[in-house]
Amino acid sequence: MRKMEKALAVALAMAMSLSVVGCTQTPDPSGNPTNTPKPTENGNGGNNGTEPATKEVNTGEGEGKVLNIYVWNTEFKERVEGYYPGYTKDAADENKGKIGDVEVRWNITPNDNNGYQNHLDEALLTQDKAAADDKIDIFLVEADYALKYTDTDYTMDVEALGIKKSDLSNQYTYTQDIMTDSNGKLKGLSWQGCPGVLIYNRDAAKKVLGSDDPAEVQKAVKDWDTFLDTAAKMKDAGYRMNASTNDSFRVFSDNAKSAWVVDGKLNIDQSIKDWTELAKKMADEKYADTDDLWSAAWSAGFYATGKESAADADGNVIKGQDTFCYFGPAWLIDFCMAAGDDASIAHAGGWGATEGPAGFSWGGTWVCGCSSTDNKTLVKDIMLTMTTDPDVLMKIVKEKNDFVNDQPTMEKMAADTSYKSDILGGQNALGLFAAGAKKIDRSTMSGYDQGCNESYQKAFKNYFDGNATYDEALEAFKKDVHTKYPDVKVD
Amino acid sequence: MSEKTKRRPHSIMRFNIWGYIFLVPFFVVFIIFQFIPLCSTIYYSFFEYYRAGLKEVGPNFVGLQNYIEIIKNGDLLYYFRNTMIMWVAGFIPQILVSLLLAAWFSDPSLHIKGKKFFQCVIYMPNLIMASAFAMLFFTLFAKTGPINSIYVDTLVWCSKHFPFLQPVFDFLHLQPEAVDFLANVHWTRGLVAFMNFLMWFGNTTILLLAGMLGIDTSLFEAAEVDGATATQIFFRISLPILRPILIYVVITSLIGGIQMYDVPQILTGNSGNPLVHGHLTSMTLIMFLNQNLYSKNYGLGGALSVYLFVITAILSLIVFRLNTKKDND
Repeated sequence: MRKMEKALAVALAMAMSLSVVGCTQTPDPSGNPTNTPKPTENGNGGNNGTEPATKEVNTGEGEGKVLNIYVWNTEFKERVEGYYPGYTKDAADENKGKIGDVEVRWNITPNDNNGYQNHLDEALLTQDKAAADDKIDIFLVEADYALKYTDTDYTMDVEALGIKKSDLSNQYTYTQDIMTDSNGKLKGLSWQGCPGVLIYNRDAAKKVLGSDDPAEVQKAVKDWDTFLDTAAKMKDAGYRMNASTNDSFRVFSDNAKSAWVVDGKLNIDQSIKDWTELAKKMADEKYADTDDLWSAAWSAGFYATGKESAADADGNVIKGQDTFCYFGPAWLIDFCMAAGDDASIAHAGGWGATEGPAGFSWGGTWVCGCSSTDNKTLVKDIMLTMTTDPDVLMKIVKEKNDFVNDQPTMEKMAADTSYKSDILGGQNALGLFAAGAKKIDRSTMSGYDQGCNESYQKAFKNYFDGNATYDEALEAFKKDVHTKYPDVKVD
Repeated sequence: MSEKTKRRPHSIMRFNIWGYIFLVPFFVVFIIFQFIPLCSTIYYSFFEYYRAGLKEVGPNFVGLQNYIEIIKNGDLLYYFRNTMIMWVAGFIPQILVSLLLAAWFSDPSLHIKGKKFFQCVIYMPNLIMASAFAMLFFTLFAKTGPINSIYVDTLVWCSKHFPFLQPVFDFLHLQPEAVDFLANVHWTRGLVAFMNFLMWFGNTTILLLAGMLGIDTSLFEAAEVDGATATQIFFRISLPILRPILIYVVITSLIGGIQMYDVPQILTGNSGNPLVHGHLTSMTLIMFLNQNLYSKNYGLGGALSVYLFVITAILSLIVFRLNTKKDND
């Protein structure tokens, strides 16, 4: 029986990780329903990375022969496979590749239930005992928990890798501020910027607001009071303003003036309280549901009412539900809004982007060199190529619609009238993103963000649903934080 | 004679040695995977020992502080109550249905066709992993799930074709919009209980059936000759003889119930929601324990495990006593 359960558990875990992979599949930028990679000018077909090396890679004299990279999904892997010169995929094992004579091993653990961090932490804590070929060379971190790693000795100072500050001058400064530790050392680099925008349903805008022009829509969502007035109109017309009350959470939490934990004590910023008030209002007036982000009810807004998603591996189908807007950065638009599905609004180019009531940023992925690496030359080159090389980054924008971490590239693309986002109905929203990226200030980040953000939304769902009072929800939140972080005082 | 008596203990010893050898694997596995972890759990429950980020805090000896903190927190008893409510709500239908089914299956006078087939079918829900089962119910009862769409469609259809039913719907507060079942305490607990019932009644039926088939049929025949009714036979003969098996079923189910974890964990998305009057209403004891995994809090987790151990032991003893008492009369 137990064995059976375990076998089933493994099968389910595999199915789940597959669905994660499925989610990160990039939509075809051309909006072409066929999934064949589109060859570009130089014949480099983005995803197939099997072309001969375009430049000789210096993998370092006498350095390790195995490069271990710890990640939680295939996003960075696809980027390296597609754009790192000289990378060849292993035909037999999709989690292996080669750069010169160095073997690249991708160690992928999905994020679910904190799985990635648990796995990474165990590996980091036992690095001393690991064999040379098993030592971690590169690992990736996300914004919500980046600070857990920057202030430790496990992440390498990029200058110690031989990367000069002058190499990084074109990057958005906030991406470096986040990864700078308390001694002023820069510990990781990112290839993307994550300024967020309000992503609206063009049909709904035309029907209810009379126009789907970004500037006109902006007038209806210019501040939170106007946003709520528009929500009332949307409700009368049968639209949810947001899919979930949690949609606006990041807009407020990113604008917080203080961190979740100050001097070892839990702290709730005024901005978070403002969000709670707004969300309660939206839930009470039924302007939005209270489902978790990423749930099926939340994703239902990616499809118009009457349309259904393509069945997933388990045969589940999501029924569409008209929703006016989501808040999110470039990655949400391109990776999460089901653009690959014929029935989705994204596939039909039915979304538009505008600034929204407030600027914000959400997420972001950083590449960190691990202090135990025996491949310093290669780690340095991967970090430099993937996060600073303008040619590589330009190609990523054109082919993957990502918002990359290079100011001149983004400004050039923002002004380029030939660039169009198919999901956004041909709109070039890069100017919007670029303006947002400059304003991002993440100085109130803390190593506790992930746990606190999750616990807060979980506890306050009860308040929004009307099951608990504000104080009861707050108490539950405090208890949850104390369990997650025994070192944080909650009273 | 003297030779024989001399030899016997020796040969018994030699024979016994094989018994001991066969016992070795069990004891090795037991000591490594059960006994040592058990001892270290109790040991660490007296320490402050957790992880803050990547930094390990402790182990520092703190005496009974972990035990005191759990009592002070005050949620333990509430989560125990949640667990018991969900277990009892699932166990009562489970034992009743199982007894009924076992009685039917074991009664040759009923001439049930395809007995083996039905015995297989009722066992099947147990073959599905609990978390997959919970996932299925989560999807079924989600706001966008099939139950909600059937509910809404039916309501709309009824009010269209039978307008006179509308006052009834209004009276019952039924509106044609999706219900968030998992935001309602009774639905959430009810679903957990129902899933546990569905998963385990087949298993219980098989156990009780084995017991019932073991009863000497001459007893039934004698009772019938004496004019006993079927009900009398069931309560006066079958049930008393079944008591040892019933004790086994109750105790194993109770221990399983106290360890209830995967079903409510998956169904409520690791939250134990809904929160009613300041208490999480579907958080079970083991879910509470596993919350400490986030910080790898061996100290507090250890203390909680010791409490669970004591609770389980006490409950098992009570059940055992209640069920064995009558035998001594």
